[in-house]
Amino acid sequence: MKFFPLVWANLTRHKRRSVLTTLSVALALFLFASLRSVVTTLHASAEVGSESRMIVQSAKAIVFFLPMSYRERLLAVPGVKAVTWADWFGGVYQDPKNFFASFAADAESYLDMYRSDFTLPADQRAAFIKERTACIVGQHLLEKYGWHLGQNVTLQGTIFQGDWTFTIRGVYHATNPSFSEDALMFHYEVIYERYKSWVQPGWYVLELKDPALAPQVAATIDSEFKNSSDPTKTGTERAFNAGFVTMWGNVSFLMDSIGMAVVFAILLVAANSMMLSARERTNEVGVLKTIGFGDRLLFALVMAEAGGIALVGAVLGLGGATVLYPAIHFSAMGFLPGFAVAPGTLALGAGIALALALASGLVPAVSAARLSAVQALRHVE
Amino acid sequence: MTTNPEVPLSLVVLRKLSKHFQRDSQPITVFDDLDLEFAEGSFTALMGPSGSGKSTLLNLVAGLDRPSAGTVTVGDVEVSAMGPGQLADWRARHVGFVFQSYNLLPVLTAYQNVELPLLLTRLSKAERHEHVMTALGVVGLTDRASHYPRQLSGGQEQRVAIARAIVSDPTIILLDEPTGQLDAKSAAEILELLKRLNREFHKTILMVTHDPHAAQAAGRSLHLDKGVLTA
Repeated sequence: MKFFPLVWANLTRHKRRSVLTTLSVALALFLFASLRSVVTTLHASAEVGSESRMIVQSAKAIVFFLPMSYRERLLAVPGVKAVTWADWFGGVYQDPKNFFASFAADAESYLDMYRSDFTLPADQRAAFIKERTACIVGQHLLEKYGWHLGQNVTLQGTIFQGDWTFTIRGVYHATNPSFSEDALMFHYEVIYERYKSWVQPGWYVLELKDPALAPQVAATIDSEFKNSSDPTKTGTERAFNAGFVTMWGNVSFLMDSIGMAVVFAILLVAANSMMLSARERTNEVGVLKTIGFGDRLLFALVMAEAGGIALVGAVLGLGGATVLYPAIHFSAMGFLPGFAVAPGTLALGAGIALALALASGLVPAVSAARLSAVQALRHVE
Repeated sequence: MTTNPEVPLSLVVLRKLSKHFQRDSQPITVFDDLDLEFAEGSFTALMGPSGSGKSTLLNLVAGLDRPSAGTVTVGDVEVSAMGPGQLADWRARHVGFVFQSYNLLPVLTAYQNVELPLLLTRLSKAERHEHVMTALGVVGLTDRASHYPRQLSGGQEQRVAIARAIVSDPTIILLDEPTGQLDAKSAAEILELLKRLNREFHKTILMVTHDPHAAQAAGRSLHLDKGVLTA
């Protein structure tokens, strides 16, 4: 600790340079944590899907409907306990940039199916089920747009053209972190009535009597509809979520690549700054050696400076990302529910900060340690 | 064997000292087979033209440089035989060094600059404070303790540098042109301070200088020219 004033004095010698270097490290780690969190959140959402639920979608693609008649036939499959269905609506609120997850569902069966993933007060549930033009919204979506219970909300349909007005009758709270609070759900009948000629369920959700039956149920369903005009693709909810992750392409590789590229670029900036700072003080290294400062001590002091910059940068960057996203309930318009910096990302970020400190401090620290006092003193004389 | 109490003991002993450099594949001999002693409590001025080897000699005594041949002994320690780590420890305890261009760390206050050698000791913060204030008191700058080098005159900066050199109570004080960048008045003050350190505190001082006035302040003057020593 007695050397802290010396380290601090050197760090604050060029305040602007030190601040900018520290901020660049903080920004790099913030971006790294953010990009990495996209990957971890996607993977987490793929892994937390219920094992007792299965999704039945069109084998052609998720955008194709499945006949309503399938509902009864699915319910009759051995091992299936309950069935519900939904359609992606894809509406926007007032402005195209106000996009969030909105979908139509068979209200009662859907609420029953996901009863363990969110809470909805009984009176609000009853009001929602009773009123055909009612909707329920997630708590965060309600807060985001300043809505309130009883308010009429008009969405502009992007798939189902036209204006669609719903009355907010319920506000749900997610109890499962991967269940988005940035979503709006309304009655399937609303779009069915307007587009009766072509609207059908987009996907079915099955609740199994026993998760162990999943492979048999999937095989039974898919073989039953194999030769129909609407063949199915059945899988667990977890596999369905994972399928969405793969729809993002090789997003993990992309995010990690960008993150590492940013960190590497900043590393060069920080290393350059540290080396510049050390070069300016060559004479002072000579003075300290003359006084009796040993090679190891000088090495440690230079490394401490690099470590200080990396530590403050890490606290600002990683800490900032950790605090910021939950505080603003960031969920990428509902596509990344439960978006947060995972402990593993923090550990990796801390490791990068350590590597950054080593890489940026090592060259000037070794130079300071190896330089002879006479050489160092001649540097300015 | 007995020791004559009238004859001061030699603190620094240089025996058969040689120093050669290689510059652009050209060998340069600074001095060859040099024998020299400095008595404990002496104040010696080492004069000579530029390139005569004065500063090299000072660096060898301080253990900052290594001789090509021969030995450097300070007290009972053979400095020229020590490794880099040992030398650093030894310098911290036994050598106070003053440069021509003061060489204070600009980001530290006068107090912090003087405290630097004490950071290498096991002294507590309170003990370090006492030592620093004593050293600043000796050079008459206790009221400038919180000033940064840029807020001090050249003479004051050099006095702070001298305080830094004496704060750890070293065995020997080595000065390389300590008055070289000072005006006459400041130089006289520094020389008076050095005489006082030698007279009152019995410090052994070896000073390299070009200035004959500075050399007069020392009890002994030596002249080094092309590696050859003349009294």
